[in-house]
Amino acid sequence: MIEFCMPSLGADMEAGTLCEWLVSPGSVVKRGDIIAVVETQKGLIDIEVFEEGTIHKLLIKENEKVPVGTLMALIIPAKETTPKTEKRLAEKIQTIRPTPAIQTTAGGMIAAGIKSSFKASPLAKRMASEKNIDLSTVKGSGEGGAITREDVEKALMEKEAGIPVVKPSAVENIRLAVAAAMTRSNREIPHYYLETRVDMSRPLAFLREANKQRTVKQRLLPVVLLIKAVAKALKEVPDLNGYWEYGLKLKSEINIGFVVSLRTGGVMIPAIHEADKKTTDELMDSLNDMIPRARAMKLRSSELADSTVTITSLGDENVETVFGVIYPPQVAIVGFGSITEQPWAENEKLDSRPVLRMTLAADHRATDGNTGSRFLMTVKRNLQKPETL
Amino acid sequence: MNETELKKIILQSLKKVAPDTNPEILQAGDKIREKLDMDSFDALRFIVELNEKTGVDIPEEDYGKIVTLKDLMHYIMKK
Repeated sequence: MIEFCMPSLGADMEAGTLCEWLVSPGSVVKRGDIIAVVETQKGLIDIEVFEEGTIHKLLIKENEKVPVGTLMALIIPAKETTPKTEKRLAEKIQTIRPTPAIQTTAGGMIAAGIKSSFKASPLAKRMASEKNIDLSTVKGSGEGGAITREDVEKALMEKEAGIPVVKPSAVENIRLAVAAAMTRSNREIPHYYLETRVDMSRPLAFLREANKQRTVKQRLLPVVLLIKAVAKALKEVPDLNGYWEYGLKLKSEINIGFVVSLRTGGVMIPAIHEADKKTTDELMDSLNDMIPRARAMKLRSSELADSTVTITSLGDENVETVFGVIYPPQVAIVGFGSITEQPWAENEKLDSRPVLRMTLAADHRATDGNTGSRFLMTVKRNLQKPETL
Repeated sequence: MNETELKKIILQSLKKVAPDTNPEILQAGDKIREKLDMDSFDALRFIVELNEKTGVDIPEEDYGKIVTLKDLMHYIMKK
């Protein structure tokens, strides 16, 4: 039997609310099928399944909020026809289900901002549970924002008086999610920073020529060359492609998280899966598909959960340099500023060139400056051969 | 296509590629990208959208000629 649990869609996620099941017992599912819609701080997320089989039981009701890792459904694997392990699982469910209150996940990977909204006294928790009050909707007035008995009583009064509960808006949620992830990053990760300048004359000339042959719709942006150059460099310097989980755990797939900034504030970081294997055209297609969905907060679970490294690129008409903050548990973030016309000395001559400032912020627990430097120099070399990207 | 129709197409296209902005606030002399906080990705999608609606192909080397709403309208009317 396959156990389908509430997925963790990033270090900043503690719990999710099941909005809708898109399957029912008996439904046949295959890898990549979307089986549920879950509301998180990053919007409504389509949840995919990664196994083939038949839905046996749905264990969570719609509109129920559960912590990451909670068993949500049982799936009979394609090869198994009878639910042999059901009894054992039923016992397991018994042990999981009576404690729906939000729990601390392993490794203390809790979003500080979210955690505070659930801090409550034992009495307040019990009252809320008895009176069916969702603690995520109660504002705490106790020490450090803890929810007290009085807060629950007030919420109960408001509920009985029919005063609608105002949930934090999507904009506030995103802000909290970013705040939580970045707070954890700066608290836990000893960052080191490196920077280098890249002469972009060749890659830009290559793009200009390539785009002349294309229709408007097929045009490439410089950022696809940057993504591909980074993905290729990670194959040569793989130590920056992984997670820090009580030691450096390298990842075999190179899934590049691409920072998309929202006009209302906050960022979404969808993953471009296996970017090293994609052509520049395929990378542009990925961006065309993902960026509008990221802005509309309509991403898939695999896009939010699978990044192994992050790129933040400011595009044109912006500042020249950006140093990122690592998205835990990843160990590196590559920053690209705007390409600007700058003086450039080469072969004892001074010239003016389009220059890109490329930075790396990396986790010093996982790697040292020497590795980071080797990586940046490899990206730089890759960019000087745009035709091979 | 007259100016009023073109302006309508431009504003609709902007709204489509950046639904969370308010293109109606644009004045003729405003820099479109700056005013609506559009990045290079939005800008390219906007040019694709304009191409589909008006048939006008704006090559990359002309991007500098279509910075303001007024410039853009002038550019498309001339084509």
